[in-house]
Amino acid sequence: MLLSVDHVTRYIYDRPVRGVVQSHRLSPSVFDGQAVRDWTVEVSDGIAGGMFRDGAGDRVQGWTVKGPVREIEVRVTGTVETVDLAGVLRGHRETVPAEVYLCETAATRADAALATLADAAREADGPLAMAHRLSALVSEAIAYRPGTTTARTTAAEALAQGQGVCQDQAQALIACARHVGMPARYVSGYLFASDGDAPEAAHAWAELWVAGLGWVGFDAANRCCPDDRYIRLGSGFDAVDAAPIRGTARGNGQERLDVAVAVRQVQQ
Amino acid sequence: MTDYFNEMYHGGAVRAPYARLEDWMRAMPAELRSLKQAEAEQLFRRIGITFAVYGEGGDPDRLIPFDMFPRVFTAAEWARLEKGIKQRARALNAFLVDVYGRGEIVRAGRMPSKLVYQNEAYEKAVAGIKPPKGVYSHIVGVDLVRTGPDEFFVLEDNCRTPSGVSYMLENREIMMRMFPDLFRENRIEPVDGYPALLRRTLASVAPEKCAGEPTVVLLTPGHFNSAYYEHSFLADLMGIELVEGQDLFVEGAFLYMRTTEGPRRVDVVYRRIDDAFIDPLCFRPDSMLGVPGLMDVYRSGGVSICSAPGAGVADDKAVYTFVPEMIRFYLGEEPLLNNVPTWQCGREDDLKYVLANLGDLVVKEVHGSGGYGMLVGPKSSKEQIENFRHRIVADPGNYIAQPTLALSTTPTFVAEGVAPRHVDLRPYCLVGERIELVPGGLTRVALKEGSLVVNSSQGGGVKDTWVLAE
Repeated sequence: MLLSVDHVTRYIYDRPVRGVVQSHRLSPSVFDGQAVRDWTVEVSDGIAGGMFRDGAGDRVQGWTVKGPVREIEVRVTGTVETVDLAGVLRGHRETVPAEVYLCETAATRADAALATLADAAREADGPLAMAHRLSALVSEAIAYRPGTTTARTTAAEALAQGQGVCQDQAQALIACARHVGMPARYVSGYLFASDGDAPEAAHAWAELWVAGLGWVGFDAANRCCPDDRYIRLGSGFDAVDAAPIRGTARGNGQERLDVAVAVRQVQQ
Repeated sequence: MTDYFNEMYHGGAVRAPYARLEDWMRAMPAELRSLKQAEAEQLFRRIGITFAVYGEGGDPDRLIPFDMFPRVFTAAEWARLEKGIKQRARALNAFLVDVYGRGEIVRAGRMPSKLVYQNEAYEKAVAGIKPPKGVYSHIVGVDLVRTGPDEFFVLEDNCRTPSGVSYMLENREIMMRMFPDLFRENRIEPVDGYPALLRRTLASVAPEKCAGEPTVVLLTPGHFNSAYYEHSFLADLMGIELVEGQDLFVEGAFLYMRTTEGPRRVDVVYRRIDDAFIDPLCFRPDSMLGVPGLMDVYRSGGVSICSAPGAGVADDKAVYTFVPEMIRFYLGEEPLLNNVPTWQCGREDDLKYVLANLGDLVVKEVHGSGGYGMLVGPKSSKEQIENFRHRIVADPGNYIAQPTLALSTTPTFVAEGVAPRHVDLRPYCLVGERIELVPGGLTRVALKEGSLVVNSSQGGGVKDTWVLAE
């Protein structure tokens, strides 16, 4: 599938700030499932830092904007050719061993309820079946309901209230997988929704390490494995660690955020 | 009663390196001694060298006790230690390059992968990043103890930001001021070249993008940090700026320092703050001490950070047991300095042994430091031992145990005159383009009679450490 992305993030400050520093993970991953046709990241009045590939295979780049400034726009545009690999992250170069992703973070800590949920998958026949089972269990336990959680909601909190968004479902799945000894990580990217309306075009899912296959994506929010509708950007231990944009402003202006994402299919 | 090696009196005679100190000690009247001790204290106060003790309350600006009786090594003893320490520093850095690269030592089955990759000090953020000259730990503090004329053991390695070197320099300075004659009578190797050597080491690892003379800064968490005195002291002696996070900023691909003449590019950051606080965009988002964006500049080769983030994975107490293996694996050499035999409570057999022999062992937390959270079996009450047993059983992987070592003693001035007290030694090995070691280090002394704990936070003091010239 040929997908085009237009992703605009606008930061508006009620008072001018003295400067902004950001770290971007906004370039599509390089693996057999996707090939970049063209891709640009622009930051209004931004000065680009050096780009590098980190140990997880992600392309990372720093940006700075000199103040005083009241508004910043980060615009990502491009087209990517995608192939359905049934979620398998084939041909992705990375240095970090999977085992590193067994580590626990505050957002992905398995409390008693998450542990109980995960334990129900232990009977599965083999690691791939177990991963599917875990993903299904999370989909059932946490209903997709936007507006019920925040960016800071932990996996345990999301399970307790039984609802959330893709971030919560991904983090819950990660917590469950790690609990049963499966390395797992958070993935951020884009999703093309063919039925027109796309509330989660800026999307997130989980990758679980399946012995024999390597990293395999699981999207508990859509009860499937990522296919050619998905564009993968980068990964991390949890949502904060994998965020496409991490940034901070110098000064005491209050920040307001406007995000608009459009993912479209390009007719060839 | 254990027989301790006394570094001055051995086999009923005075050992050669201490011969002149014996005369000096005998010739010193008691009044002069107390006068000198008071003078030393005054000097330390005037310089402002104090040590804030974590969690003990009381006077945070308490002086660390200084003992005037020097500790002495012969040239031959030092030559041996120097070789062993440099060997260790090379192996530790090779290990760091490896575990953030291909991980050959794990692939070869010479070290358990869990110990490395599930270690909380392993930094995913620096995997695949090659620091300049392949150096992660630029200052390696190797803690040594002596148990006999030729027996030395490494207690632990410090690969992050080992502190205490200011005491090495100040102790010497004060001894030279108070007892100039001693320095004429004995041929003592100087240590005052350390700051210049440290600066040269830091400059030697400037990134390739640096053109001309590298600008080096020392990044401190600020004046409330217990080692702040040392930070300002070292920056001053090296002739570099002492900065806090707010004095630095990132622009584009580089790091800059605010100065009265405008921004100035920084090439090397000698940081004395922990990994977690270096950059809120990469590590703890709530950190106010670091510099936002610093890690991106570092990882894209715009600045060097010393020690490199992630260096801590080489110095936890469970990884320590594999340092001899690292020396064999990376250098193809036999270790010149021995490790203390160590039981890992995370291993079932080891745990069984440790629990059965708590009364004879020293038990430490894997990530502990400063002498806190440890049990010295032979010096503890039954109740203390039982309390500790519960802590180990609750989290065995968090503890290691070692035999109680018969730490050597050196003569020390005490209220009644001169008496033997237990000591250890921390030399500071510098690793850059070259590996350097100044002849000396920090000798810590357990001032309490019979005590084996030399940490300043637990009633330890310091001494001047001499290495005699050939």
